[in-house]
Amino acid sequence: MSRSPSVSDETLKTTPLNAAHIAAGARMVPFAGYSMPVQYRDGVLKEHLWTRENAGLFDVSHMGQARLRGVSPLSAFEEVTPGDFIGLKPGKQRYSVLLNKTGGIIDDLMAARPISPDGGGDDGLFVVVNGACKDNDFKVIDSELAGQVRIDRLDDRALMALQGPKAAEVLAAHAPQAAKMVFMDSASFEAFGTDVIVSRSGYTGEDGYEISVPAAEAERVWNLLLADERVRPIGLGARDSLRLEAGLPLYGHDVDETVSPIEADLGFAVSKKRRDARDFPGASRIARELAEGVSRKRVGLTVLEGAPAREGAEIADEAGNVVGVVTSGGFSPSLGKPIAMGFVPPALAAAGTKLKVIVRGKPQAAEVTAMPFVPHRYIRKL
Amino acid sequence: MRFTKDHEWVSLDGDVATIGITAYAADQLGDVVFVETPEAGKAVKAGDGLAVVESVKAASDVYAPISGEVVEGNAALGDAPETVNDQPEKAGWFAKIKIADKAEYEALMDRAAYEDFLGTL
Repeated sequence: MSRSPSVSDETLKTTPLNAAHIAAGARMVPFAGYSMPVQYRDGVLKEHLWTRENAGLFDVSHMGQARLRGVSPLSAFEEVTPGDFIGLKPGKQRYSVLLNKTGGIIDDLMAARPISPDGGGDDGLFVVVNGACKDNDFKVIDSELAGQVRIDRLDDRALMALQGPKAAEVLAAHAPQAAKMVFMDSASFEAFGTDVIVSRSGYTGEDGYEISVPAAEAERVWNLLLADERVRPIGLGARDSLRLEAGLPLYGHDVDETVSPIEADLGFAVSKKRRDARDFPGASRIARELAEGVSRKRVGLTVLEGAPAREGAEIADEAGNVVGVVTSGGFSPSLGKPIAMGFVPPALAAAGTKLKVIVRGKPQAAEVTAMPFVPHRYIRKL
Repeated sequence: MRFTKDHEWVSLDGDVATIGITAYAADQLGDVVFVETPEAGKAVKAGDGLAVVESVKAASDVYAPISGEVVEGNAALGDAPETVNDQPEKAGWFAKIKIADKAEYEALMDRAAYEDFLGTL
């Protein structure tokens, strides 16, 4: 049987939860420069389904956390993103993208405007970026916003995600404030006997929270949450299958520096105000794509027969002409069949369009499917 | 039963070899969600790709440990790929091959040698 090439782990970094993962029987793999748990003893399928039905706890400490401070960090941040950050209310978080000069995506991220103790929102921005991109992201922000924004990297903090329909009741037992939050709220408070930064968000399509804690407290908080029988630790394998079912793109696979937010079907991240102002990097390309359309668009695909279509598999039309490529794909544990994401011309992007995916040289029937594949269950109002 | 360093097993009944992957390999793969087995009549040489086994995360090739002609692929794995995890060295077999040269079989590791090999990984 073929095996993945083994990677030297000498240079891998570890998260503050490394010992806890190993003690729990995790299978550790290199990811974004870190040794990370791909699965625990339950395995990917069971962990995935547990998260959809109960509450799953993920270590995402490899991701980059930072505070952006300055005289007017919100307006400064608009120079590198297409979102309306000046209009972001204290206590709210927004999904956004860092753009290069040609409107390509340097990274996707979450940015929250903390509520300061006086109830205002003058405490800059709290951003969370992808682990593999964080050093470059902070370099880009630093050079583009030099003199306007100071980046305080929070490398001494861990980040965990508690996701699933039972996440809210689990966290409420430790942090009653969390129950009052809705989707994309962000707040800092005392919980678990330490200071936490909590947002009601995640990357699984389920209700849930991301919880930033001081690194020194991470293992204690992790174990407190796992002491609840509704919570199990979940590896990056299930995190990937959950986000795929939720229709959420994975940076470096579904989106990269060549892809614009319009092509990536992330148009919601380009706010109306900013579209009219055209005052962000790559605005001319993005305005043109909005007016005239794109040549390729990210779509969901259900594979109707045969093997899972994975990243790199070609997509063909019914006549057999290659029309695009799969950027991520695999088996959907919730649906019991293979699903994928990829890019096709807009004329072939309508839900229901019959296509083929080429797996190991064999064309297999596939169909464009509206995303998310599994409905989101965010709590938008209490 | 004989074994390869690629974690395939072979059991021999007359001149027909049954081939699968070991419990160790199935555990390393994790949850198997798709299996592609060969058609009867396919000629294979030792080392050729014989089948494909897919977990949630990745696809792996299963190589023929021995040369011959496929007489049967395990069609039951199409509907029940998880059998590879549940019974890797029994019902989770991939293919039966009519072998050309029994010496190829004799040259493979016996279980004790395979267990020793696993100890080095």
